[in-house]
Amino acid sequence: MTAAVLDRRLGTADDAVAGVVPTEVVRPSGAQEVAEVLRQAQRDGRTALAAGGRTKTGWAPPPSSADVLIDTTGLDRLVEHTAGDLVVVAEAGLRLAALQQRLGAAGQWLALDPPEQGATLGGVVSANASGPRRLRYGTVRDLLIGITVVLADGTVAAAGGKVVKNVAGYDLGKLYTGAHGSLGVVVSTTWRLHPLPAARRVVVLDLADPLDAGPLAVRMARSTLTPSAVELHATTGGSGALVMVFEAILESVRAQADAAVALLGGGHQGDNLPDQFGKRPGGDGDLVLRLAFAPAALPAVLAALPEGTAVTASACTGVAYAALPAEHAAALPALRTALAPHDGTAVVLSAPPALRDRLDHWGPVGDALGLMRRVKDRFDPDGRLAPGRFVGGM
Amino acid sequence: MASLPAPAPAPAPASADAGSIAGLAERLRKAVGVGRVLTDHAQLRTYECDGLTNFRVTPAVVVLAESRQHVIDTVRLCAKAGVPFVARGSGTGLSGGALPVAEGVLLVLSRMRALRPVDPDNARVVVEPGVINLWVTRDASPHDLAYAPDPSSQLVCSIGGNVAENAGGAHCLKYGFTVNHVLGAEVVLPDGSVVHLGGTAPEHPGYDLLGAFIGSEGTLGVATSLTLRLVRVPEAVQTMLVGFHSVEDAGGTVSDIIAAGIVPAAIEMMDALAIEAAEAAVHCGYPAGAVAVLVIELDGPQVEVDAQFAQVERIALARSAFETRIAQDAAERALMWKGRKSAFAAVGRISPAYFVQDGVIPRTQLPQVLSEIGRMADAAGLRVANVFHAGDGNLHPLVLFDDAVEGQAHDAEELAGAILDLCISSGGSITGEHGVGAEKRTKMAVQFTPEDLDTMQLVRCAFDPDGIANPGKIFPTPRLCGERPGPRTGEHPVQAAGLGEVF
Repeated sequence: MTAAVLDRRLGTADDAVAGVVPTEVVRPSGAQEVAEVLRQAQRDGRTALAAGGRTKTGWAPPPSSADVLIDTTGLDRLVEHTAGDLVVVAEAGLRLAALQQRLGAAGQWLALDPPEQGATLGGVVSANASGPRRLRYGTVRDLLIGITVVLADGTVAAAGGKVVKNVAGYDLGKLYTGAHGSLGVVVSTTWRLHPLPAARRVVVLDLADPLDAGPLAVRMARSTLTPSAVELHATTGGSGALVMVFEAILESVRAQADAAVALLGGGHQGDNLPDQFGKRPGGDGDLVLRLAFAPAALPAVLAALPEGTAVTASACTGVAYAALPAEHAAALPALRTALAPHDGTAVVLSAPPALRDRLDHWGPVGDALGLMRRVKDRFDPDGRLAPGRFVGGM
Repeated sequence: MASLPAPAPAPAPASADAGSIAGLAERLRKAVGVGRVLTDHAQLRTYECDGLTNFRVTPAVVVLAESRQHVIDTVRLCAKAGVPFVARGSGTGLSGGALPVAEGVLLVLSRMRALRPVDPDNARVVVEPGVINLWVTRDASPHDLAYAPDPSSQLVCSIGGNVAENAGGAHCLKYGFTVNHVLGAEVVLPDGSVVHLGGTAPEHPGYDLLGAFIGSEGTLGVATSLTLRLVRVPEAVQTMLVGFHSVEDAGGTVSDIIAAGIVPAAIEMMDALAIEAAEAAVHCGYPAGAVAVLVIELDGPQVEVDAQFAQVERIALARSAFETRIAQDAAERALMWKGRKSAFAAVGRISPAYFVQDGVIPRTQLPQVLSEIGRMADAAGLRVANVFHAGDGNLHPLVLFDDAVEGQAHDAEELAGAILDLCISSGGSITGEHGVGAEKRTKMAVQFTPEDLDTMQLVRCAFDPDGIANPGKIFPTPRLCGERPGPRTGEHPVQAAGLGEVF
């Protein structure tokens, strides 16, 4: 196949992926061009990795080699949106915000709300990024119904389809979700959509002690209320606030907000989301972690964090983001030990460069690591895709 | 039901001759106990098919596992001997997913039925694979919790089988499928080693191998323990039964409800023939003269259900609904559902034999696809009763035939296959919840390109390089894992011709 001349250039410091500058940057405009780039990389024995909006390149450790960076933002077409089917097909380089804008015109949305501005669909899938509304709608694995990827040898392969209910063949979308590009380059995604809710009501409950969020979140989860999100904002050792978001028809959100105030014994109602809602905590100098654990263990998790840690938690789901001041980085192994009894894990999302290369980014993976290696070896036998970025140094 | 030729047997590993099978049975008896290993032909025949009764194969050995150690021992011994094994739960599958391999071991898990206590604050419960689906909700209900996936066979089907098939049910329109409700699994891999995938927490570092395992139809290993997510029982549930004089009006009502931004817990549709069958079997009192009925269920906070229920009634009236009944209590709701859930079996009242089909189409294609199915049935001189999960486009056409009439079974099978081709060409899928199993594997090559299937095989080969876990299922052509397809260039010819589905 003869493609148009591929957009390629030398990598610069601005292209650095977790501090590693790629030798070359290519910007393909379609799946077949991605396939051609990967076939050529295979012939030349070169390593390759993909990036879209580059908002989460720190979520995985630095690559051990980066010969070719595939910039996916040229694959930005919305291929098909059939509103009556609540399904959309879009290329992986399309930005989530741009997709939401297009879908919003039809009163629909893709029910994912990760806060990273400029993120592409492929990046959201590969990093398995989620936001506070995961409580109501789930995450990528619950919404992605079809996927097309290009494998390390240039094979273009699809799985799933364009219908929500489908059990034909292995669900490879699950495998590529959160794989950080280690199994292939995602080129197209198909999603189930949801109707945009008509109204919103927000209840904010201030907490003198953030640990109180634990039992309150359990009380909320065990009630018949159906919040889109229950988010805790807190500083360990300091104070916090629990934000409950109700999104449905107007009668329902009003009644539910009143019921939430009664259930929790307080709270202020309003229509607007707090500024920090859905945002990851911390800044450049912090060690930012994603914690996942049995949902009811939230108080134990908060108690295990060093004092002064800024936390944003999806309080009923068992997911929290924590920004530790860099001087507390040495506490990471002890934190992982404390989380373990709650099936808890701590993954590094960002760290100051001096710290980044010394950290155990992923932490313990468990007894399936060997099986994961076997999967990686089948998909990328030469280890040329995003080498060194995934668990176990894969 | 008619007896049709079984699919081509899977290639048995070279070492699996009769002598080695006898030796394996002896070793299995030593490992798991004499009473748990069956080799008597009469006993083996009990297990020759699952819910798809027209495919039958008698296994060489049956192991009735009662513990995870029995599973580990059985799989290890099979791996060592190079003998294939097939896991089986309640045997209610409808695609032959638990069809035995003649020179292999059938590993029956239905005696592994322990449920650990429900953890209400985490909304989790840990169960063994043989646990019956409905038992989970039974144990969860004192805590106002429920297990959401509810296949029609939930009184008898097992969680392990649900996991293998990624079972759905009537309420998956709103709540999702088994894969959305299983958070962790202990899995015995085909080499006998044990891994823990997922867990109690909602996510873990590493690949989502659990997501790939669920729905893999027993081809990647055997689950010995499953951690399930439970959902809060909603404040209100409202169910209505609506009668229509035309299938188009019923289908239009479904579209209008979705377009109004309402996500019902369920929308089920039955056509005249399915209604006739249900009436004959369970006397569910569906509206007389209805050409199509919808069973619509809404759940959630009371005020929301009340408001949306009124909206749904208006939508149905605008589509010329001639009768709307609202369930006043749980008993009336149960009766509305009884007609729907018993529809498959009920068809036996109006036809000597039938095939149950399972296909999916984009919801917006419903009217065209239904009239096309009608046209195809007329052309074949056969009747098709339609029952479906209309909200998510999951069709269950029941192809009726008389097995006493020469050639009719064959014609019915052809028609059932042609309906699947129609689903694919409409942008849908060959299976929404019954699985590919032994029945539909040749259709996989229609829905997917060789590259797609080769890529799925990469997963298979990572989990089961020797191909001994449920061989002969899902994939149209068995492939040895040593082979690696060479690098391909350019588009697949089907795609290049504009015939294939790229996404």
